[in-house]
Amino acid sequence: MTAFQAGADYGGGRREEARGPAAIVLDHSHPASKRIIVGYGFWIFLLSDIIMFSAFFATYAVLSGETAGGPSGKDLFDLHNVAIETGCLLLSSFTCGLAAIGARAHNGPMYYGGMAATCVLGLGFLAIEIHEFVGMIDQGAGPTRSAFLSAFFTLVGCHGVHVTLGTLWLLTMIAQVFAKGYRADILRRVLCFALFWHTLDIIWVAIFTVVYLLGAGS
Amino acid sequence: MSSIDDYEPLRGADHAPGDEPAGGREVLEGVLGYLVGLALAILLTAVSFFLAGTWLVWRPSIPIALVVLAIAQIGVHLVFFLHITTGPDNVNNVLALAFGVLIVMLIMVGSLWIMSNMNNNMTPMHMQMGQSAVWFMVA
Repeated sequence: MTAFQAGADYGGGRREEARGPAAIVLDHSHPASKRIIVGYGFWIFLLSDIIMFSAFFATYAVLSGETAGGPSGKDLFDLHNVAIETGCLLLSSFTCGLAAIGARAHNGPMYYGGMAATCVLGLGFLAIEIHEFVGMIDQGAGPTRSAFLSAFFTLVGCHGVHVTLGTLWLLTMIAQVFAKGYRADILRRVLCFALFWHTLDIIWVAIFTVVYLLGAGS
Repeated sequence: MSSIDDYEPLRGADHAPGDEPAGGREVLEGVLGYLVGLALAILLTAVSFFLAGTWLVWRPSIPIALVVLAIAQIGVHLVFFLHITTGPDNVNNVLALAFGVLIVMLIMVGSLWIMSNMNNNMTPMHMQMGQSAVWFMVA
């Protein structure tokens, strides 16, 4: 069951006839495949990234009322934009899933189409977010205005930086599959990219709830 | 030596997070899984946005409802997009996730608890200081 097996061949003799979930638990006779180890390691990294975000969330939650006489979330947030941003990221998670299936099936149109759609949706999300940030800074609600705005720009901006880096990674993976084909090592990178992108969507769910919906309603 | 395609784990091995469950699922089945996930996520998101703006329900209940909906949606994402399951090949992924959730909860709940406690203890002090303290806070 563990990724790093230690010795004893508990189920080796029964491996040939082993079938079903019970047999799967018993058989500890071989090391995990590289794909599992890479995926698991990247999963641990993503969880540590989520823990970093949780510190920013805690900071935001503590400081969200400290507007220092400046504008509050209720004055600044446009839920219409946030809904479009959310739609972009949700759909991009779906198209990223399609790309992962396409990569597994070595299906070019599905992989490249899925990745291209993910890229367009990611860029659409970034365009709306940058537009929102620039609009806020223009009306004097930049990160230096209040503790609330410092925490807001840190949290939401950090997510935006992740999406930006994810988009660059996405383009790299399109190029790598194009140049090197559906090789096992390239496909492991595609797996990690898909995990990364889905995790960004999970963090966005927390952001649109905690920052925007709770902020605009309070 | 790694094979050309190391998707299918050896029998009894773990399951990479993000991979579809082993057992030769077809492309169409995979797409259907993501479609179900997308539909559920859109439904939960739509309810969240609707609740945030509505006056149809008792307003003080809305923050709790939004948090519950967000947790449900994160669950949908984990199951349908990241393919985290309760199967024996997923125990390591789930344990890592559980530890991550524990740390996240400690940071979030701990911070909010301590800070609200400190705020409560601070209140009598600036009430004693009276007018000057209020002026200081406004400035």
